[in-house]
Amino acid sequence: MNALRGLLQKEWRHIMRDRRTLAVIILMPVVQVILFGFAIRTDVRDIRLVVVDPTPDHVTLEIRHRLEATDAFHTVAVLPNSEKLDGLFQRGQAEEAVVFEPQFASRLERGLPARVDVIADATEPNTGSTRQNYAMAVIRQYQQEQGEPAPGVQISAQLRTRFDPTAESSHLFVPGLMAFVLTIISALMTAISLTREKETGTMEALLVSPLRPWQIIIGKVLPYLAIGFVSVVLVIIEARIVFEVPLRGSVVLLLLEGLLYILVSLSLGMLISSRTSSQRVAMMGAMIGTMLPTMLLSGFIFPIESMPTVLQGVSNVIPAKWFVTIARSIMLKGIGLSYLWQETLILCGMAAALLVLSTRSFHTRLE
Amino acid sequence: MNGTIAIQAQELTRIFGSFTAVNRITLDVHGGEIFGFLGANGAGKTTAMRMFTGLLAPSSGTARVAGHDVYTKSEAIKRSIGYMSQKFSLYEDLTIRENIRLYGGVYGLRAQEIRSRSEEMLSRLGMEASADLQVRSLPLGWRQKLSFSVALLHRPQIVFLDEPTGGVDPITRRQFWEMIYQTAAAGTTVLVTTHYMDEAEYCDRISIMVAGKIGAMGTPAELKQHYAADSMDEVFVRLVRPTNGEAA
Repeated sequence: MNALRGLLQKEWRHIMRDRRTLAVIILMPVVQVILFGFAIRTDVRDIRLVVVDPTPDHVTLEIRHRLEATDAFHTVAVLPNSEKLDGLFQRGQAEEAVVFEPQFASRLERGLPARVDVIADATEPNTGSTRQNYAMAVIRQYQQEQGEPAPGVQISAQLRTRFDPTAESSHLFVPGLMAFVLTIISALMTAISLTREKETGTMEALLVSPLRPWQIIIGKVLPYLAIGFVSVVLVIIEARIVFEVPLRGSVVLLLLEGLLYILVSLSLGMLISSRTSSQRVAMMGAMIGTMLPTMLLSGFIFPIESMPTVLQGVSNVIPAKWFVTIARSIMLKGIGLSYLWQETLILCGMAAALLVLSTRSFHTRLE
Repeated sequence: MNGTIAIQAQELTRIFGSFTAVNRITLDVHGGEIFGFLGANGAGKTTAMRMFTGLLAPSSGTARVAGHDVYTKSEAIKRSIGYMSQKFSLYEDLTIRENIRLYGGVYGLRAQEIRSRSEEMLSRLGMEASADLQVRSLPLGWRQKLSFSVALLHRPQIVFLDEPTGGVDPITRRQFWEMIYQTAAAGTTVLVTTHYMDEAEYCDRISIMVAGKIGAMGTPAELKQHYAADSMDEVFVRLVRPTNGEAA
């Protein structure tokens, strides 16, 4: 026990004496969450809207008013005809246009089809269709409230359906970001600190000593687990304060799951570093081995349901996928362990398997 | 020398893929002896040493270190040996005292023992005043002496030194060898690898490895006589050149 305490103390001193790295480990997650949280947005705000309304009447005015009342649009121009529309789009002054047919209200009253075109700048296709959907949602809602079907108002029935009632993309991203950031620091830090000992030769001194491999592993895992835990807490606080992400479920459960996920990532870092003896290779390995899969295959940015079947299968072995599910469920849906036990069990299994594997590959012998 | 056998190897072999790093070496190292391990770079010295210390499993042959079999009793071996690797094995961002305490704990010493032994060690090395300095700020010679002392902290029966004096100035080398003598006089077996032929003369016995095999073994005087050479340098060159011309 004395030996293990000494190892932990030593690791702690390494971390505390390397202030710059410590600052990076603690601050990186916080900064990244802010950067990503604001940068990755699928919801669209302040769309520059141009309205073409040749004959304003009570229906067009009502729809225009409703468009303006949302956060999404602000009307930059109201034109009597479509002539200048192309120019406005080309100069980027218009991002979306709603074009009403002349005599809109009276056509509707006479039971004739009344046409409204929703045109969006689709330089970025996804953003374009999102913009269209916003406008259509407003028009459709008006239509429904009128009670009578207005057959001619040509609107496709596409609506954004999201679990999140406020449609805030940061609510969906922040739990994913937690996974992403925790993976990087945990895997990277253990991988680097282990390979550094190999490079400097101190690992040889530890291996030639009577220390057991599990003691060396625990001596590495615990300090970084503690640091990872601090990051989780900071990121959760940040999510609440900066992004007002709801935390509907149990905080304790979320923290425990966070701890479990850090353990998985640490073990992964250890496994990577047991396969190489250079810090540089370990760093690349940890980056590529954890960052890309976490970003692409965890459902953090790209929904897993819309991936090809093969990739969906692959995503099952990515620890982050399970943690993202858990974190989102706890934070956004407020559900507890009774629903999340499967995901939790999978993470436990991964942690155990990775720890056993890395202890094995450590096994007292150097080569 | 105290009549016991510290290391006993028979036909010990280590193969990496198609390369035989150590090829059927047989040797006995007596208790309390200073045994020199010489050879050109890549001749197999470090590989042999790693097999003795339990860092590397032998491919075939047998070896007993401090009376324990290297295949089955590596844990017991680890407790009875000290090891100073070719690379520096102390933590540079820890102080001298912290390093001593760490390795004391790693070798299972009690806090009381660690305290008394570290004070004794620091005064012997004349490093009391620097005890709370980080190791990175020490000159290389100090570090090597410290490293050696730390390897002896748990009073091992055998200590392995892998090129302990590489890059060290002549005065510090001399001091280092005085430490080795004191250690051997206290009954600890010392197995040391080196490239310096003058250091070979300081050893009780030496073995010169050539391409994985033991090319010659004996006391420095015996070897010089056998090869009709004036110095160990000459012995070494004569031994290495005929079989290993391009690598020498």
